Amino acid sequence: MLDIKHLNVAVDGKEILRDVNLSIGTGETHALFGPNGSGKTTLLMAIMGFPRYQVTKGSITFKGKDITKLDVDERARLGIGISFQRPPVVRGVKTKDMIVAAMMGRGNEKTITELAERAYLTEFLDRDINYGFSGGEIKRAELMQLLAQKPELTLLDEPESGVDLVNIALIGELLNQLLEKDCPMRKRKCMGLIITHTGHILQYINARTGYVMLDGRIVCQGDPHEILTTIKEKGYEECARCVK
Amino acid sequence: MREVKSTKSYKDKAIAAKAKPATLGEDIDLSTFAAEAEALPYQADPSRLSAKAKKQMLQAGVFLDDTKQRSGTYIQMDNMPVHYSSQQEGIEVMAISEALAKHDWLADYWWQAMAVDTDKYTAHVELSQSNGYFIRALAGQKTVYPVQACLYLAKAKLAQNVHNIIIAEENSELHIITGCTTASGDEPGLHLGVSEFYIKKGAKVTFTMIHNWNPEVAVRPRTGTIIEEDGLFLSNYVLMKPVRSMQMYPSANCVGENATVRYNSILLAPPGSHMDIGSRVLLNARGAKTEIISRALTTGGNIIARGYIEGNAPDVKGHLECRGLILQGEGTIHAIPELKGNLAGIDLSHEAAVGKIAEEEVEYLMARGLTRTEATATIVRGFLRVDIEGLPPELDAELKKAIEASEKELM
Repeated sequence: MLDIKHLNVAVDGKEILRDVNLSIGTGETHALFGPNGSGKTTLLMAIMGFPRYQVTKGSITFKGKDITKLDVDERARLGIGISFQRPPVVRGVKTKDMIVAAMMGRGNEKTITELAERAYLTEFLDRDINYGFSGGEIKRAELMQLLAQKPELTLLDEPESGVDLVNIALIGELLNQLLEKDCPMRKRKCMGLIITHTGHILQYINARTGYVMLDGRIVCQGDPHEILTTIKEKGYEECARCVK
Repeated sequence: MREVKSTKSYKDKAIAAKAKPATLGEDIDLSTFAAEAEALPYQADPSRLSAKAKKQMLQAGVFLDDTKQRSGTYIQMDNMPVHYSSQQEGIEVMAISEALAKHDWLADYWWQAMAVDTDKYTAHVELSQSNGYFIRALAGQKTVYPVQACLYLAKAKLAQNVHNIIIAEENSELHIITGCTTASGDEPGLHLGVSEFYIKKGAKVTFTMIHNWNPEVAVRPRTGTIIEEDGLFLSNYVLMKPVRSMQMYPSANCVGENATVRYNSILLAPPGSHMDIGSRVLLNARGAKTEIISRALTTGGNIIARGYIEGNAPDVKGHLECRGLILQGEGTIHAIPELKGNLAGIDLSHEAAVGKIAEEEVEYLMARGLTRTEATATIVRGFLRVDIEGLPPELDAELKKAIEASEKELM
């Protein structure tokens, strides 16, 4: 499981997250809501361990191990994976190279082909990663890499942003494979933490808990569908008012 | 060795240009290099050359133990052609001195793709020439395997002055791999190489040159190419080993309609290396096309990466791409892309970028489980990987091998 306690995170010396507490049990997927700039992406980046996101207080524990000081790659190898909202283009590095990296020595050519077929990206394998990809292709490529990595904790930063309806269904399907939706809850091992603005993606996955983040703090926790309904009807102003 | 023919007018022009400095690059004092080297015996079987020489040549993509996978071989050590042979009918491979004696008409090609008085180096080659190779594909002939050529500097402080001529007759196809290397790891030397390419109507030439010099060698290649109608010239250059001073700016002139030229250069400059390398293409006939791609990587050396495309005819198209990566140290990469258009209806473009590896890209790969070192190596490998269209698989494999060997040292 993932356990975050009293976490403060600073970016470029400026404190963004304050006293964040969050716990995801084995097999659970949680959703994170909040207005732009509230700190949602910062939280995901800090869990993944990117150096720019400095933990100034508190701890992150994953599978019983304190990972607060581990490097990004160590966390990846321990079983944490991330789907970026806007991943970089890496010229010369092929999509296939990324899958090979993410497989960490597992799998073979056949696995790569199967993964590409599942993500409808077969013809992208020999292309530079993310170079000239459409919004939907970028997201599918991200999920394809995560399917290769098979992380136990998947961090998803707006997997549906900039994606048309057809692609959302496809992405939902890939997410379900990643989060083992077809597996009975008691046997499910994979955890997810998903940032969503629109909530569209919640139609495809089973999110158990939702959080609202305002100004770097988690101010509300509850049923994700209820939270989403409130946000849609009354906006984040209602969350801010409610907290007061 | 037979006497190389040369008309008086070329000699006169060369004498007049003897002190003419090159427009680019450090001026090399030619008087500090020896002109004469010991005579070396001809080897009918190139596999009998010394193990040391063969090892050096192998690193430049030339292998001599089993030449079945080559359509022809030319080996010159210092001033002596020590072996040349053709393994395929219709493909001629020989010393230029022998070719001049055999083909009277060859004198008509002499200094036609490159001016003898370009600078003191071309003049020096004319006045103190020490052979060179002649490779020719007869009309309609296609090489089954590549032809390999090696210019080897065995003696320290020697100036090797070669004049090469390559002719692809109409509708022929010629694949060449040239490796230039040196016996010593640290002795000074000078390599002056004039190469003239003549690509006739509908012919195709791929020319892959791998340089493997040492930190004390200076190199001044001078190359001119003339491409006729529907001809294709694909030139690949790899320099990933130290060199003291390297300056070249080969020029291709598309004189026939729909002539096509592609230049790919992959350069790595360690500390102490100075490279001023570019490619120049003149699109002088309707529908001519070119693409110039260079990858420059420095770990402390200096690279000037040039490119020049000039459009002088309707419907021509050219693109220049120059990317530089400063990996570590105090190296400099200076990209100088130039485009010149002289009439409406031409399409010329360029893109150039110089920088270090983006931290964001390294972290992206680390998030997939690669260590920082592995992530950096993957990005560098990707940077150096130029997908070369039209290269036969054997040459593609040789090229990749040369790049991978250097990558390992780099990491």
